[in-house]
Amino acid sequence: MKITVCIKRVPDTESRIRVAADGVSVDASGSKFVMSPYDEFALEAALRLRESSGEGEVRVVSVGEAPVAEQLRAALAMGADSAVLLEGVPTLDGLATARALAADEVVSGADLVLLGMKAVDGDQQQVGPMLAELLDRPCITVAAAFERAQDAIVAHREVEGGVEVVEAPLPAIVTMTKGEHEPRYPSLKGIMAAKKKPLVQRPARLGEGRIRIRALSNPPERPPGRIVGQGPDAIPELVRLLREEAGVLS
Amino acid sequence: MTILAIAEQRDGALRKVSSEVVSAAHTLGVKIGTEVHAAVLGPSGTASLADELGRYGAVKVFVAEHEAFIRYSPDGFARTLAAFIAERDDFAVLFPASALGKDLAPRVAARLDVPLATEATALDIVDGELIITRPVYAGRVIAQLVLDASPRLVSLRPNVFRAEENAADGTVAGLPVPGDASDWKVRVREVKAASGSRLDVGEAPIVVSGGRGLRGPENWHLLEALRDAFGDGAALGASRAVVDAGWRPHAEQVGQTGKTVSPQLYIAVAISGAMQHLAGMRSARTIVAINKDADAPIFKVADYGVIGDALEILPRLSEEVSRARGS
Repeated sequence: MKITVCIKRVPDTESRIRVAADGVSVDASGSKFVMSPYDEFALEAALRLRESSGEGEVRVVSVGEAPVAEQLRAALAMGADSAVLLEGVPTLDGLATARALAADEVVSGADLVLLGMKAVDGDQQQVGPMLAELLDRPCITVAAAFERAQDAIVAHREVEGGVEVVEAPLPAIVTMTKGEHEPRYPSLKGIMAAKKKPLVQRPARLGEGRIRIRALSNPPERPPGRIVGQGPDAIPELVRLLREEAGVLS
Repeated sequence: MTILAIAEQRDGALRKVSSEVVSAAHTLGVKIGTEVHAAVLGPSGTASLADELGRYGAVKVFVAEHEAFIRYSPDGFARTLAAFIAERDDFAVLFPASALGKDLAPRVAARLDVPLATEATALDIVDGELIITRPVYAGRVIAQLVLDASPRLVSLRPNVFRAEENAADGTVAGLPVPGDASDWKVRVREVKAASGSRLDVGEAPIVVSGGRGLRGPENWHLLEALRDAFGDGAALGASRAVVDAGWRPHAEQVGQTGKTVSPQLYIAVAISGAMQHLAGMRSARTIVAINKDADAPIFKVADYGVIGDALEILPRLSEEVSRARGS
């Protein structure tokens, strides 16, 4: 089975993000960059599927600029077989990114395409299901776990107050959330092997994004709060403030 | 030109977020002087929800009834709505950013070949153009966006837009379901109700969240008691450390790799407040922090802080909240 995992390079979740001087872009300089955490879950799921079935190929692909090679190499070190860098600048317009992915054989030729349920920079949560519609393939979003059942995928997806058990025939697209399996760390052997694995670059057919950023701002600091007191004795005063000042107890 | 609000029902009842979406559509409709329509998909009998959608401002309610719509069908819903919207002249189409809406809206956008802005927290009209405010980087940056296409597809974060009554007719109209259900490839086999939290943390107006300072999953009954003291509107949340340790399910995780929440009240119990956690809850209306470390970063965003051992404080808090709500 041919499995392709789509990954994105994003600033680490603990980094500070500042609005750049132009007011419409962010300054993430000084940030550490990582593979978006949900994409790591997707890659881990792909590697486990290959291992449990004893066959198959795992390819990774990313739409991005040259530094994305760092995250693609990390994916190869974790165990992916080959990587494709689609050179271009992804924007908040996930439909443009989905088009670039759909136009490439690494995605359209896969039996199973896995993505993180969202990238933790733009948080748009849309590329997977858009890609599915463009390729006219079934798509299961926000899966915590899945298994292959002959020619279908059966996944568990999180919904409000429960879990749906969903089935889709292959070829299919699945977007992943955090499941029970932590993404593996690359071994030293994996890191050495990754240097020899194929990583090819070609231009992304990205087209023009149709989402315009009018302004970016850092959220206003919350007004300073107050320490109501210490220990259980502070609770009556806290509850009084919640009721009378904050108006959240009725 | 019209504005279309996509409503969501479950088991024959409208979900709360539906009234928020119709109300937000009504507010926009007043600003640009257009009528608001709603669309709702479900099994037979769904048309009876039209009156309620009318109450929030829908002049017409388009209802697609199909036996397969007793559950969400990604393919069925997306095809039905995309075919319907393609024949209309909507200025904007508003979806709920619920689990269903987050799956559905991107599919409809791709089918219509228009961009989509998800999880909006504010909408405005400036010079006749729709300005969408939404957080990026899990709320560390706020973006104002314009969609260069029509209709403008936007999903709205639950709990942020107020549901307001705006009497309108809610006249029922049919919404055809195209094609054959046997072509719909994704099939929901069953829905298992989650144990533990009753209301989803992403939609609850009150969130009671626990961190590693609670020392172990065996102490969670104290947090559950506090949730219960707040009544049906409250849900449990958890820090990443607690989910990573396997004490609580990921569905409860608040933060950049969990859910971003905007409740009326967020109570962080024994959570120190890592950047990625603060990102997920800082837009709550009121924040309470309980932590034994007076220097914990959570106190920097909290409106009210109590310093001390959560295990000692929680029983008293549950008791006082019950009393306050009872009186």
